[in-house]
Amino acid sequence: MDAIVVDDVQKTYGKDVRALDGMTFSVPEGEVFGLLGPNGAGKSTTVRVLVTLTAADGGRATVAGHDVGRDPGAVRRAIGYVPQASGVDRDATGRENLVLQGRLQGMRRPDVERRAGELLDRFGLVDKANALVRTYSGGMKRRLDVATGLMHRPQVLFLDEPTTGLDPEARAAMWEELERLAGAERLTILLTTHYLEEADRLAQRVAIVSRGRVVVEGRPDDLKRGLRGDTVAVELADGQSHRAREIVGGLPDVHEAIAEGSRVHARVDQGARAVPVILAALDGAGVPARAVTVSRPSLDDVYLHHTGRDFRADDEAGGR
Amino acid sequence: MLGQTLYLCGRTLRNLLRQPIWIVVMVVQPMFWLLLYSQLFRRITDLPGFGTTSYVDYLTPGVAVMTAFFSGSWAGMGMIEDLDRGVLERFLATPAHRGAIVFGRILESAIVATLQAVLILVTGLTLGATNGGAGGWLVILAASFLVAAGFAGLSHGIALLTRQEASMIAVAQFIGLPLLFFSSLLIARELIPGWMQTLSLLNPVEWAVRAARGEALPGTDWGEMGAFVALLLAFAAAMAAFATWCFRSYQRTL
Repeated sequence: MDAIVVDDVQKTYGKDVRALDGMTFSVPEGEVFGLLGPNGAGKSTTVRVLVTLTAADGGRATVAGHDVGRDPGAVRRAIGYVPQASGVDRDATGRENLVLQGRLQGMRRPDVERRAGELLDRFGLVDKANALVRTYSGGMKRRLDVATGLMHRPQVLFLDEPTTGLDPEARAAMWEELERLAGAERLTILLTTHYLEEADRLAQRVAIVSRGRVVVEGRPDDLKRGLRGDTVAVELADGQSHRAREIVGGLPDVHEAIAEGSRVHARVDQGARAVPVILAALDGAGVPARAVTVSRPSLDDVYLHHTGRDFRADDEAGGR
Repeated sequence: MLGQTLYLCGRTLRNLLRQPIWIVVMVVQPMFWLLLYSQLFRRITDLPGFGTTSYVDYLTPGVAVMTAFFSGSWAGMGMIEDLDRGVLERFLATPAHRGAIVFGRILESAIVATLQAVLILVTGLTLGATNGGAGGWLVILAASFLVAAGFAGLSHGIALLTRQEASMIAVAQFIGLPLLFFSSLLIARELIPGWMQTLSLLNPVEWAVRAARGEALPGTDWGEMGAFVALLLAFAAAMAAFATWCFRSYQRTL
């Protein structure tokens, strides 16, 4: 059975801000699924619809078999939600936060105490269990957020941008934590991220989201394999990238060439063999390259391939 | 729902008790008002219309109500903090009763105000006030509880509608002093201009003052006191309903 089904969900804020525009995907039970996309692509809105915070304007969504619109109570009992903006009480201790969450979820007192102790232990928070959350480091606070979401042993866990704002060390620690989590309990996890490497590492399947809908969906490896060969990125002088794209795109070894800003991205079978050919062609046409990089395909390239736009540029523009 | 209201109320009370400066101010400030006003206006009872020559007697219920009114009207700041930090959204993604989230907050203000009223009463009695007997004391506590609950409901409602600290502060200040002065909290009703007396009858602060002071003055009219308490109860219930309505309207904007 699918733990999460999202079918043609629509959401418009105000008159014309289309946050979700036919969002569709499903997640089988026990899978870690990543919603990947730049800021403003509609990832958080999707999660907010699924955790019953936001009502969709159209379409249908179920979580753990319950319709989010018709039976929100059953959905809330089945899910854990770790919002992007933490949501723990900074003026309470870690343990108090967990206990309150358990009580709000309707757990009984002995079970609440036992489970809180268990989670504090698992997330390495025992030493700070009775300290106020405002004294926690960013990484500790985020681990408490996740623990809070797990308090009542949910069937489905929603993690909205679990590592945004963490330093690289804390992010690496969180990744290990989440990997262990995915392995241990029979838990379905939906995580949103705008870090491509995070989705690549944690998610068994990803859906790349842009402008309120899924552009492509699949296992990260398959998505990357779908882009045969390597990517050659050529940096050019201002205003020459379109001309360069025509030249590079016409070469026999190049499968695809996309101009983006002052760069041209070309997909080729073997980067090392293609670079001299590309450089010679550009030189010959009087559009010399400033710099060249060759890389194995990443989810960046998958995004570029399917949307025709650069992930980072979209991220900074907030998806507009 | 009652259980969840109590948990959520307990959470905010516990957080408050962890702030030593907050406790000191909450304890000292009302006592300070009582001492200051009772000295400043000591001779005021030479004027006719007070019905008592002891201004402390007159003032003690007034300061209890004033304190409750102020702590109620600023209560919305806590709601805005919860909104900003995502605490409210985390609660909303649980099966917790929606009403409990609002009622827990209102109950918090009412309990704080009642505790403060106890302190004020003890201070007043130490300074020589009598405020009738135990019956009068109980009415003072009840009036403080209800007036704090009512204004806390209003304050949380406004917090949920505006969702901005600056707007919240502006509203609290805008209603604060006018409601205080459109009442007989500090000064005998007979000394207030007639039109203000009439308008003051629409003011919940005045209802609370009149109820709380009823037994301190000669010619106690328990029926009138009961009527004011009933009005306060209706006010508190209406404001709780208003806050719940604002909460639903906030949820619709998510």
